[in-house]
Amino acid sequence: MYQYDALDQAFVDRRVAEFRDQMRRHLAGELSEDEFRPLRLRNGLYVQRHAPMLRIAIPYGLLAARQLAKLADIARRYDRGFGHFTTRQNLQLNWPKLADVPDILAELATVQMHAIQTSGNCVRNVTADHLAGIAPDEVDDPRPYCEIIRQWATLHPEFTYLPRKFKIAVTGSPEDRAASEVHDIGLHLTRDAAGSIGFTVLVGGGLGRTPIIGQVIRDFLPLPGLLSYLEAILRVYNRHGRRDNLNKARIKILVKSLGIERFREQVEAEWRLSRDSSPLLPAAEVERVRGFFRPQPYETLEDFDATSGREPRFRAWYRYNTRAHRVPGYRAVFVALKAHGHNPGDMSSDQMDAVASLAERVSFGLIRTTHNQNLLLADVRQKDLYEAWLELERLGLAMPNIGTLTDMIACPGLDFCSLANAGTLGVARQIQERFDDLDYLYDLGDIEIKMSGCMNACGHHHVGHIGILGVDKRGEEWYQISLGGSANGFTALGEVIGPSVPKSEVASTIERIVEAYRALRADGERFIDTLRRVGLEPFREGAYATHPAAA
Amino acid sequence: MRRILRRREIVADDWRHLGEGAEEGSALIVPLVELRKDPERWRRWRGRLGVRLSSVDPVEELAADLPRLDLVAVEFPTPSDGRGYSAARLLRERLGFRGELRAVGAGVRQDQVFLLARCGFDAIELAQNEDPDAARRALDRYDVAYQGGSPEVALRRQRFSSRPG
Repeated sequence: MYQYDALDQAFVDRRVAEFRDQMRRHLAGELSEDEFRPLRLRNGLYVQRHAPMLRIAIPYGLLAARQLAKLADIARRYDRGFGHFTTRQNLQLNWPKLADVPDILAELATVQMHAIQTSGNCVRNVTADHLAGIAPDEVDDPRPYCEIIRQWATLHPEFTYLPRKFKIAVTGSPEDRAASEVHDIGLHLTRDAAGSIGFTVLVGGGLGRTPIIGQVIRDFLPLPGLLSYLEAILRVYNRHGRRDNLNKARIKILVKSLGIERFREQVEAEWRLSRDSSPLLPAAEVERVRGFFRPQPYETLEDFDATSGREPRFRAWYRYNTRAHRVPGYRAVFVALKAHGHNPGDMSSDQMDAVASLAERVSFGLIRTTHNQNLLLADVRQKDLYEAWLELERLGLAMPNIGTLTDMIACPGLDFCSLANAGTLGVARQIQERFDDLDYLYDLGDIEIKMSGCMNACGHHHVGHIGILGVDKRGEEWYQISLGGSANGFTALGEVIGPSVPKSEVASTIERIVEAYRALRADGERFIDTLRRVGLEPFREGAYATHPAAA
Repeated sequence: MRRILRRREIVADDWRHLGEGAEEGSALIVPLVELRKDPERWRRWRGRLGVRLSSVDPVEELAADLPRLDLVAVEFPTPSDGRGYSAARLLRERLGFRGELRAVGAGVRQDQVFLLARCGFDAIELAQNEDPDAARRALDRYDVAYQGGSPEVALRRQRFSSRPG
């Protein structure tokens, strides 16, 4: 993985010193809360319902074992011994003390980590496919480009005070595992006819209050133009994006109001004028960064059936929680953070420590976070799988439900977040309890549930096969259900099926929906495919069968 | 007398904004809207002349005026309104403005000066109650950056340098 050089290290050290001074001025009354807010947000610090929340950046979801161990240590000493992994592949601490945050950032800097631009109206953590570098279908590894974008975007003098937050995802595979079409900018690695690397550039996607799928602004952007083209897009946005209404300030609203053709004309015109004075992306720099992402020193092995003669629970885990690897004899292993009875994405310090040490033993000392809020050990020898499983099982991190209905995404919701209208964690528990039978889950197959506690859609509910949105109804928590969303490959936004349901009815409603699927499905047909084939109506009828109009 | 940060030094401001009681022949900064309202009056102005852009004024429209302007002031109404950073780079890199480029307004705080200087501002007129000495120190808070710099900040190292314009 990428290793800081003297510039990177000096930069994060200066950043910690700057924030320490800002915190001191704030605590001394020299910076009011209003003045302090944009500064602390750009260092990942929110003030939430019960306590501050610190969002630590995990650039494109890649962690070294010593970094995960440091996160464990920080969560133990400065928080309550656990953290929450997010859909942007970051880690949130929910209970740090305000005055401790500069010290936490200083600790992070000792292991080449930071919390820079994990919030605020600036370019956020760049995300990538969690199977980057090992996926069999990959055109090129997206992570070097993510790292280059991370550096370019960090405290960019022109683009640190944008109209609104700005999210970029890069994917190197035809199958989009990074939800790139619902990002402000999505970059798809591709090759032109001559075989040169470049990007298809999408712009204006996003979830939140107004979900929109990104549109192609450029079919092929040659690699040397990467940063200058991003600058052209961001400059048009910085100058012309709306600043009068927070809810209309994302780039998607600008693209929508101009139309993609006019927006493209403006960006291309800007690019023609600025590309010669914009930052260079020298080939040598690309090569330097690519050098950090070379394939691991794999052994020459052959694939074999690791499940042969093993117990059924291991076989189920192998089937659901491991994935194919490009290199024979290896597999990628999910560390499941969706155990029933636990909050999706939460992990204790003890678990983090143990996974860090497991990664040292079986996966080249590297761990990845996924946008589905699990972790991944990317390079495990098939002959080590059983040992890895025993350890993950011991840690409660081997729930064999990856890709099934209970491998759901959920934001922290009303229990933590000051923006939320309704709880998500209680509903997640309710669903976990209702769908606790693994055979039933396996029979249902691939179903993605994504749940958000408010319109801001941190839980990506718009692109869940089943989306759940918490709403406030006269002080009560109700839930709006949508169906048919998807973020993988074929991006689609879900459609709300009808009136929202009370909290106590969420799991039952979902059960009726999946029962409708079981009645309607053809042999081997996935939930989302049945839904696309027969349409929403039969599911709507099923959902409300015994629960007619809930206001 | 107002103190400003100019080329890394705290100096007494020798300019006045329109409405601050400038005498004929002195150095005066006039809002763009006033400049457009009565171009003849300002053409006859005998002192140095500067223009003040609001954060929504398009800088391109200033191209023809630049040769007779000694100063362009770009307004930051709040620290969160970042349009002025783009305006500054356009003035310096595209329109080739070489006079004084000054950040003004309630949004110009010590925590912004490092970014402002790197976008090409060589003069910083701080918001009221901001301490010029603290702002001067903030210019040196970073000696490294990923993007290109300007002579206003002393960068030891940077990663992505710009091509000469």
